[in-house]
Amino acid sequence: MASLQVNNVIKRFGDVEVLKGIDIDAQDGEFLVLVGPSGCGKSTLLNMIAGLDSITDGEVLIDGKVVNAVHPKDRDIAMVFQSYALYPNMTVEKNMAFGMEMRKIPKAERDKAVMSVAKLLQIEELLKRKPGQLSGGQRQRVAMGRALVRDPKIFLFDEPLSNLDAKLRVEMRTEIKKLHRRLGTTIVYVTHDQIEAMTLATRIAVMKDGILQQFATPQEIYDRPANVFVAGFMGSPPMNLIPAKIAKNGDGLSVEIATADERTLRLKLNGTGKGLSAHVGSDVLLGLRPEAITDLESSDSGGDIQEVECSVEVTEPTGPDMLAVLLLGGIEVVSRMRSSANVHMGEMTKFAVNMSKAVFFDTETEERI
Amino acid sequence: MSIQVGGQLSSTQKFWRFVLYTLLIVFAFVYMAPLYVMVVTSLKSLDEIRGGNLMMPPLDPTFDAWVKSWSYACVGVECTGINKYFFNSFKMAIPAVAISTFMGAVNGYVLTKWRFKGADIFFGLILFGCFIPFQIVLVPMATILGKLGLAQTTPGLVLVHVTYGLCFTTLFFRNYYQAFPDELIKAAKLDGAGFFRVFWRILLPNSLPIIVVTVIWQFTNVWNDFLFGASFASGDAAPMTVALNNVVNTSTSVKEYNVDMATAIYAALPTLLVYVLAGRYFVRGLMAGAVKG
Ligand SMILES: Nc1ncnc2c1ncn2[C@@H]1O[C@H](COP(=O)(O)OP(=O)(O)OP(=O)(O)O)[C@@H](O)[C@H]1O
Ligand SMILES: [Mg+2]
Repeated sequence: MASLQVNNVIKRFGDVEVLKGIDIDAQDGEFLVLVGPSGCGKSTLLNMIAGLDSITDGEVLIDGKVVNAVHPKDRDIAMVFQSYALYPNMTVEKNMAFGMEMRKIPKAERDKAVMSVAKLLQIEELLKRKPGQLSGGQRQRVAMGRALVRDPKIFLFDEPLSNLDAKLRVEMRTEIKKLHRRLGTTIVYVTHDQIEAMTLATRIAVMKDGILQQFATPQEIYDRPANVFVAGFMGSPPMNLIPAKIAKNGDGLSVEIATADERTLRLKLNGTGKGLSAHVGSDVLLGLRPEAITDLESSDSGGDIQEVECSVEVTEPTGPDMLAVLLLGGIEVVSRMRSSANVHMGEMTKFAVNMSKAVFFDTETEERI
Repeated sequence: MSIQVGGQLSSTQKFWRFVLYTLLIVFAFVYMAPLYVMVVTSLKSLDEIRGGNLMMPPLDPTFDAWVKSWSYACVGVECTGINKYFFNSFKMAIPAVAISTFMGAVNGYVLTKWRFKGADIFFGLILFGCFIPFQIVLVPMATILGKLGLAQTTPGLVLVHVTYGLCFTTLFFRNYYQAFPDELIKAAKLDGAGFFRVFWRILLPNSLPIIVVTVIWQFTNVWNDFLFGASFASGDAAPMTVALNNVVNTSTSVKEYNVDMATAIYAALPTLLVYVLAGRYFVRGLMAGAVKG
């Protein structure tokens, strides 16, 4: 158990700056999830934390102590590599026990730890095999196992479930969450899976091109994304971003969306409009999550609900709910409703828009207003 | 060429197949001929050699020449057989091969996995050693061996061969480890293994193919070397190759071709054996399952 701080860490490979000043501060026992597009530097950051690659500039602190010069083996970190990195010459059992063997833990104790983790990961029958005789998903679980048998200060997981089938992935996700609650070890976890990120994290760090975009709780990231990138990256389908204008409307403000026939669609801003008075007359992006646009019956009970008539372009039942592409003003937006919603392709229907969930972005800076 | 599922070859295919095998067999005979001549000659008596045909099998096979070569043929002035020199070669080759292979492996490990500033230049310089002809180093080497008190000794020869072989073994291991996944080293470091543990437990157990290649290469070179042996250990410590030369060139009254041939076969046997034995362990795909894909 340990706290982890990353202070303005920069990593350059030759001339290429891969990490451009990352700041992260994880409390003891935190479950930190790192997300971001491929190549944004997530694995590189994990390598910096583990001490497997040199830091160009900045500091990494574990438990308040700078560890830049501390050898990886003395940092007491266990890691699951994106590429698994299993020792090909050792059986699964030996692979998992290797770290404990290096730390001179007695054989009996090692065997016990290996058995219990193997059970957790459902790989007991693979213990005597070598990595070459395993499937991709089995190797990935062995890689998990090799980290989990140890009791380190910090776990680093680099996409540990990416190669598992859907069912196993959900089971393993739950196991990881339980494990975290039981051990309380600080975890840094990289994933491309939105649901994993939302369900596991105490806080999420969204990265892009080596820059930290937002570092906040899952709910905060979901409801109040810091910028257009985060809004589009988190959530599936992503947040609708609608070009609009802020206008004065008597005492209050409203947001105007252009329609195809050159009229404007006007939505009043009641509680939401606070910081916006400075932006009257200027262009903004209105951000609305798909579930903030629903049919009238299933509209949210609280909040600032406004009715808008939209034409339904496409409906996409997904099973638990229904996605519909609507024309809100002249813009295509995605809405999410119950699968039983009475909405049909090609019809004009009234929809409820929950404006208290709306967020606004500056079109120039793409930051949230 | 198409492979027919039914196993029936058409007549043109049969014809070409016949031509192919005939050619292969002819060439096999050409390449085997010298060995054949050596073996049959070593099994003949001197009388038969003088009177008969080179290619004829022995009428009355005898191992006399082999026994003589081993235990009482004249090597220079001493007539004690080649056995001592045969073992000299082993005493030279085994340590020389083991040490140079091991050091090459450590070099390759450091040059790829513990990279330091200038590692590539360093490697370039080592590589340079592969292109230095034997003859150039003879005089300085003799001086150094003299200063170390190792002239005319087996340890001296070991030192020479280790020095000379190191360039090659480093090249082999460096290129092999270059392709070895860095993640495995990183994982082992996190698991708490230090410099040598990583080497012993992770790298070496996964290096069998390149170890076999290196051992075959080094053993063949060291065992077959004549120039260094003749220059630095021509007396009691002489290796087999030098002894072979001395047996053949000993100027007694008669030329004993059968003994010469037996001696030559003795000299060639160990390298042949290394190929046959080590080749079997030349396995591929040892890295399977280490990383994704
Ligand atoms: N050794 C290296 N030398 C040069 N560039 C590198 C090196 N390692 C990584 N990079 C670059 O650094 C960037 C970040 O790589 P990294 O592996 O951290 O991405 P990632 O966020 O983990 O991506 P993914 O989600 O695909 O795993 C990439 O653009 C990559 O090309
Ligand atoms: Mg990665």
